[in-house]
This record gives sequence, C-alpha cells and structure tokens, in this order.
Amino acid sequence: MVADTSAPTSKPSIGDYLRNNIREYGLLVALVVIMVFFQILTSGVLFRPVNITNLVLQNSFIVIMALGMLLIIVAGHIDLSVGSIVAFIGAISAIMLVKWGVPAIIVVPACLIVGGIMGAAQGYWVAYQKIPSFIVTLAGMLVFRGMTYVVLGGRPIGPFPKEFQVLSTGFVPDFLYFLNPAPEVIKNVVALVAVILLVALAVWSGFRSRRINEMHGTENEPFVFFAIQMAVIAVVALFIGFQLSTYRGLPNVLIVMGVLIALYSFVTTRSTVGRRIYAMGGNEKAAKLSGINTERLTFYTFANMGVLAALAGMIITARLNSATPKAGVGFELDVIAACFIGGASASGGVGKITGAVIGAFIMGVMNNGMSIMGIGIDYQQLIKGLVLLAAVFFDVYQKNKG
Amino acid sequence: MLPECLNMDNIILEMRSITKTFPGVKALDNVSFKVREGEIHALVGENGAGKSTLMKVLSGVYPAGTYEGEIHYDGELRRFATIADSEELGIIIIHQELALVPLLSIAENIFLGNEIATNGVIHWPQTFARTQELLKKVGLTESPTTLITDIGVGKQQLVEIAKALSKKVRLLILDEPTASLNEKDSEALLKLLMEFRAQGMTSIIISHKLNEIKKVADKITILRDGGTVETLDCHREDISEDRIIKGMVGRDMEDRYPPREPKIGEKLLEVKNWNVFHQHHRDRQFLHDVNFNVRAGEVVGIAGLMGAGRTETAMSLFGKSWGHKISGEVYMRGKPVDVSTIPKAIDAGLAYVTEDRKHLGLVLMNNIKQNTTLSNLEAVSKNGIIDDHKETKVATDYRSKLRIRSHSIYQETVNLSGGNQQKVVLSKWLFTNPEVLILDEPTRGIDVGAKFEIYSIINQLAAEGKGILMISSEMPELLGTCDRIYVMNEGRIVAELSKEEASQESIMRAIMRSGEKH
Repeated sequence: MVADTSAPTSKPSIGDYLRNNIREYGLLVALVVIMVFFQILTSGVLFRPVNITNLVLQNSFIVIMALGMLLIIVAGHIDLSVGSIVAFIGAISAIMLVKWGVPAIIVVPACLIVGGIMGAAQGYWVAYQKIPSFIVTLAGMLVFRGMTYVVLGGRPIGPFPKEFQVLSTGFVPDFLYFLNPAPEVIKNVVALVAVILLVALAVWSGFRSRRINEMHGTENEPFVFFAIQMAVIAVVALFIGFQLSTYRGLPNVLIVMGVLIALYSFVTTRSTVGRRIYAMGGNEKAAKLSGINTERLTFYTFANMGVLAALAGMIITARLNSATPKAGVGFELDVIAACFIGGASASGGVGKITGAVIGAFIMGVMNNGMSIMGIGIDYQQLIKGLVLLAAVFFDVYQKNKG
Repeated sequence: MLPECLNMDNIILEMRSITKTFPGVKALDNVSFKVREGEIHALVGENGAGKSTLMKVLSGVYPAGTYEGEIHYDGELRRFATIADSEELGIIIIHQELALVPLLSIAENIFLGNEIATNGVIHWPQTFARTQELLKKVGLTESPTTLITDIGVGKQQLVEIAKALSKKVRLLILDEPTASLNEKDSEALLKLLMEFRAQGMTSIIISHKLNEIKKVADKITILRDGGTVETLDCHREDISEDRIIKGMVGRDMEDRYPPREPKIGEKLLEVKNWNVFHQHHRDRQFLHDVNFNVRAGEVVGIAGLMGAGRTETAMSLFGKSWGHKISGEVYMRGKPVDVSTIPKAIDAGLAYVTEDRKHLGLVLMNNIKQNTTLSNLEAVSKNGIIDDHKETKVATDYRSKLRIRSHSIYQETVNLSGGNQQKVVLSKWLFTNPEVLILDEPTRGIDVGAKFEIYSIINQLAAEGKGILMISSEMPELLGTCDRIYVMNEGRIVAELSKEEASQESIMRAIMRSGEKH
C-alpha cells in the first residue's frame, strides 16, 4: 500500500505513462472518435461549415457554464440552479431592453451583476450556514424559475435590438479581406489567420513549457505523446478554422468562449485561488487548518457561477431572440454531465477545465449528430445518459484498478 | 471479596503467542493472555501498549491469518474471520467510542442488525418487551422508544451493555468504559459488572483508572510495548497502584533520542486562564484555567491520557479550531496577540501540526509541492498568480532538508509512508516561518527510524530558537525530548515538571492523584 520509493528517479516507461494518464488522452480520443463516427453517420453533414458554426452557437452556453460548474464541483459542491438563472436573466434582460428601452451596453453588465448576486445569495447559505449545496440550489432552481414566470407574466418577450443579438449571432468582420488568396472558396480570412496564429502559439508554448520543465528537472510527458497530441489539436483546429472561413468566419461567441476557457484554465492551474479551491475540495478540514478561508472561497465560487450563468442566459436569449419562461430547463444537467464526463470527481478536489470543455463538446456533438440523423429527443436522452454513466464508470474502474 | 463462582478453574479464553505486525511496527509481540470463566480481568498498559490491538485480534476485527499465534476459546482453537464469528460465540466488545445511532430509539439500537422480525417486518411489541427486560437488567428505567441522543453518556454506555446482553454474551470486553463517565455513573457501571460476575459472566476491562481496577478486578494483566509483562492475581496479594504503574512503565530508556544542548531564551508563547467549552456539548466546560508558556529554544511537553484535553487546548488556541465560548489571554514575546482565526494565529507566529495528518494535515490527493506551500501561498505568488519556479524551489528545498523520501515533489502524498507524510506536514508549517510550533503526536504511526529523524528535526528547530510545544501519549518520548513537561488531566493542567523531576512514575502519579480529586 505504502510505496516508499527511496530510489530518486526511475524514469517511467511509456506504457506506465499512458496508464497513468489514460483519462486525459482517452477523453480527447473519445471526442475525435465521436466526431468521426457522426461525420460518417451523417454523411458528412457534421463538419459542414454551417453545421460547425451551429455547433459552436448551440454549445457555447453549456461550455461557459461548465467552467463555473467545474469550480463548484471541484470545491465539493453542486449547483442545480443554473438553468433557472439562465431563464431569469433572459427575462430581465428582455424587460430592460424591450419594455424599458435600456441600451444593451448597460443591460449586459447589469445582468452579469444580477447573476452574481443570485449566485452569491446561494453561496451564502452553503458557505456560512452550512446547508448542503444540493438543497440550497434545488431551492434556488425553484425560486428563480418562479421569479421568471412572475416577471414575464407567463408570456415570452422579444424580439431584441440588433446590438444585443450581436452577442450570439454576430461574426468577427473580415478586416483582412485584402489578404484573401482564394475568394471563391474562402469567405473570411480573419478566421483562418486567427486559427493559424493560435495553433502556432499552442505549439510554441508547448515546446516552451517542456524546455522550462527540463531546466527545473521536472518530468515531461514522453515526446511521442506530446507530438501526437499537438498534431491532433493542430489538425482539428486548422480544419475547423478552414471550414469556418469558408462560411461566415468566427462567431463572436467563439471568441468569448475561447477567452473564458483560457482565463479559467489559467485560474485553475496557476492562481492561488484555483489552488485553494482544489485543496478545499480535496480535504476541506485540512485546508481550513492551513489557514484558508474556506467559507469565503465557497461563497465566491457560487457568485462566480452566477455570473457565468447570467452570461450564458444572455447568449441564449439573444440567440432565440425571445425570452421565455421555459428557457434553460434542464441545462444544469447538461452542464453537470459535461463536468463529470470530463473527469471531475463528485466528491471534490479533482477535475480540469480542459476536461469539462471536452466533455461539453462530446455532449454537444452527440446532440447535434443525433439531431441531424433524425433521432428523437427520447433516444437522445437515453444515449446521453448511458454515455455519462460509461464515462464515470471508466473513471471509477481506473481508480480501483490502480 | 472473593466472588462465589462455580467454574473458577475453567479457562474460557487463552490467547497464545499472539504477534501482530503493521507495516513498520510490531504492535503485538508474542503476547499470551489467559482468562478464567467468571472473573473480571483487567488489561492495563500505556497508550500504544497493544491493549486495543489485542482485543481487536480476539474479536475478529483483525481476522485469523493477519496475526500469528492461537486463540483458544471454550477449549477449542478458534479462527474468527469476522466480528460476527466471535459474537456468535458470545464474545462481545464495547468500544470506547460508542457504536450507537443517536437518532434511533434505545430499542432500535439494541436490535440493530439483529431485529426481531419475520420476513423483514419488525415485530415491535416483542422488540419493546425484550428491550424492557434488558434495560431492567442493566438498571435503566427509560422507555425503549427514547432516542439515544436524549440520554446521557453514562446511560448510553448501559444501553451498549444491554445490547451485548441481547446477544447472549459470555465474554464481555469493555474498552475504557468509564473514560467519559462521571463518578456516579462509573460507580453504577462497576456495580453492574460485579453483579454479572456473580451470575457467572466473564469480563475483560481495559482501563486507565487504576483505583477502579483495584476495586473490581480479579486479575490484572499488564501490557507494555506490545508484550505481556505479567499477570497479577488480586486475591493472592494486595496490589498497590504504584505496583501496577511500575509494571506499566518499567522499561529501559534506550538511545532512542538524539542528544541536545538546550539554549533556552525569552518567553515566546504564554497562555493565561484558557477556558473552553465543549464543541458539541455546549454547556459543558472542557478546559479549565489552563496556563502554560513556551520559551525560545525550549521543547515543552504536554503529557496526559487520551481525552485529557491536550489536543483541544492546542486546537482552541490555533484560531478557535475547536470548542466554543473560548476565553483567556495569549501573549507572544510578552505582547497580547489575537489568535481568533487561523490566519491570525499563523500571523502571530503559531503553527499547529495535527495528530491526524490524513484527515486534518494533508490534502492526500495533492502532491508534495502543493501541500508544502498551502499555508503560505502568498510567499510563492504575486498578485494571486503562483510563481511556479519559486514554488518548485521551496518544495525541493524542504524535500531535501527534511529528507522526504519520494521520487519527486510531484508525488501524491497519499502514496507516502507515515513518516514522510509527517515530514510534508512539517514542511508546510515550517514554510509559514512560525515562532512556536505545536506538535500533536508528531510520531504517531511512524516507524522507529523515522521517529529518530523527527526528533532530530525538533532539536534542530529548537536550536534555531523556535519554541516547541509537544503533545504526546508516549511518555518515554516526552522524557527523551522535552526540557519541561506539563501534565494534563480532565481539562486541567495538574502538574508542571522540570526535566529533573519528570519520570514516567511522577507523570502517572500526577494523573492518578488528580483523577481521584475530581
């Protein structure tokens, strides 16, 4: 049981490495396999430029909420209220924009603040009154849904002014059109250039961190894996970038999502706040005895979730161009499922942003692919449920085996 | 006071040459233990002498095959694979921490897992009638429907005994049954045991309260360091408490402690009139007027039995991590300091290394590096962003300084041995640069070699001018490392002994005397 390995450095073999990190590679492989699978089953519809754009638009809000939900789950909690926050924020944004005529530039930050307050209100009960988050957010789910009905009076509100719709249906304008090498194929040069730059950046920073690790005597993943991983990411990204460039370019939402993913990856891996959330989820008592203000940290984690749910709420409301009382029903489950498929542990302390994002895309591609194939919502749910169970079983199996 | 018993020559239990090893520790070494039918047999020894382990071997908590030696019960060789096996033969153990479900009734608790039922449907009238019968036997008049949470600890203990009786007990084992009872309840419990003896039941009682043992026991077996020292027959000779204590502690002080030249300086930490109420039983005062101090370069010990209030003193001091209605003054270098939250206590220069490193000390799923910097992340970060180089360097430095054996600082702490885990916890607290370190059972569950290393680290810290407050249940350890020892019992400091005055006998005597006073 206790491995007192006094041998300082025994280099792990490639097989060992694969076994220890099978979860992370497995997830990426699963996403690629599912994509290829549906690409074939849908006779190539999945990767059509218009569908890729749709995929991004349809899943952006799940991904955005998964970022906050991952922190909540890592902290050892759960938030069931996000679907209702989405609906409520949609409702009040509609009232402000359509009924009161408040400009979008004010509505957007106001809604983010309201979302933050909604999250914080729940965080207070969880952190300071020690009520289980499941119960608090279950109450929140009902309360916020009820509030949505109240403010909307049961009727949808819409349509919205253009400047608000831009949030979800807008595209980054092609300000580099003069560089276009083949105007008959490529409709948006910015998308292509951006993706090429991003891939270059990813490869460069990957090599850089390997070099730094070597300098400090830290173990690197075997080069083969690094290379394959980089190649897969580069090929997929370039392909998607190319496809997008032949349609309308980069959706605004994609940019927002990308920035947030980068930000939250950074927070979870490099910041003191992120480190403390992982420590708290791993062992709350030890974290507290180490001088961490676990109450405040929990409180902020929920407030953060509220802000992200508000952002997601505005994106989806703008996309649907109407605020309805039934918006966002069941979203919380998709978001939570994304985190668990992505390898987060229900008992806290474990989980990665990249995992949650890939998890969200696995769900998204399945939704989209099955819809294209004409599979009914009934079977879609059934299949998604089984995939969730299989993913978590895989985790538990790996853990018990090791 | 010779009891009238029939089969006094009939040996009901004989444990022969029991040896039980845990990774790195020999908990029981060739222990032999014989109990006659119908007697009350006391098992005594210091904390860690192996009493509880021996009883766990007997009851099947450690199944046959995980220990060496033989258990003969009722004239036959027995190999218990589970607790159920031993219970079936009437061997019932009542642990120090009661195994009752607080929010279920007395009747439900007594028949938990053993319900009077047909096809899973509980027969309540019969259950209540049986419960009433059993309660009468132990002298309780409570209704069977009373919830456990609504009766006191003393009565809970009696319910446990009633539960044992419901299982047709022949050999009743009580682990520190009176530890949490007041005098009146203890008295009642001991009387009950003597009644049972008159009816021919056999009991084994583990206790630190020697006066109680003297009162009820027919035989006393003394364990020390995992071995049997002797078995005393209370009817053949008059056995004094000093005689028992001598048997419990009489071991040679080997060269187990690295030498040290103490250089004691000014008073660092001083605590005055520290009063604390119990964390859960909020109207019960747990610590009474505790006063102590620690000087620079000094290693100060706190001795005492389990439940004496040592850990509670340390934790209530460290940011009110335990207890409630805490009052008293704390001074560092003569100046009053605020230690009301953990960050404030850390700022004041305190560090608390917990006795429970797995649950309270480490984030086991995190690696050495992450655990090392957890209490002082600010020192390796700027504007909330962790400087990876700095953090790596800090963790690497502590790893080599404290000689933490691991393949790198990226090894998860769950995979380290106890000694190395303890060194990681120490690293974490050393990195907060404390003036006074409170070490709570710093060598618990650690093998001998690692213990020596921990003592060396303690010496090194004292030499650097830090004050060390060391809580330990192992008296030789305190005697071997401390310059001064406080003795605690029942929430009070009952003695302060200089290095010269301190001995195992003087500590034990201080505990026993104070126990009789209150």
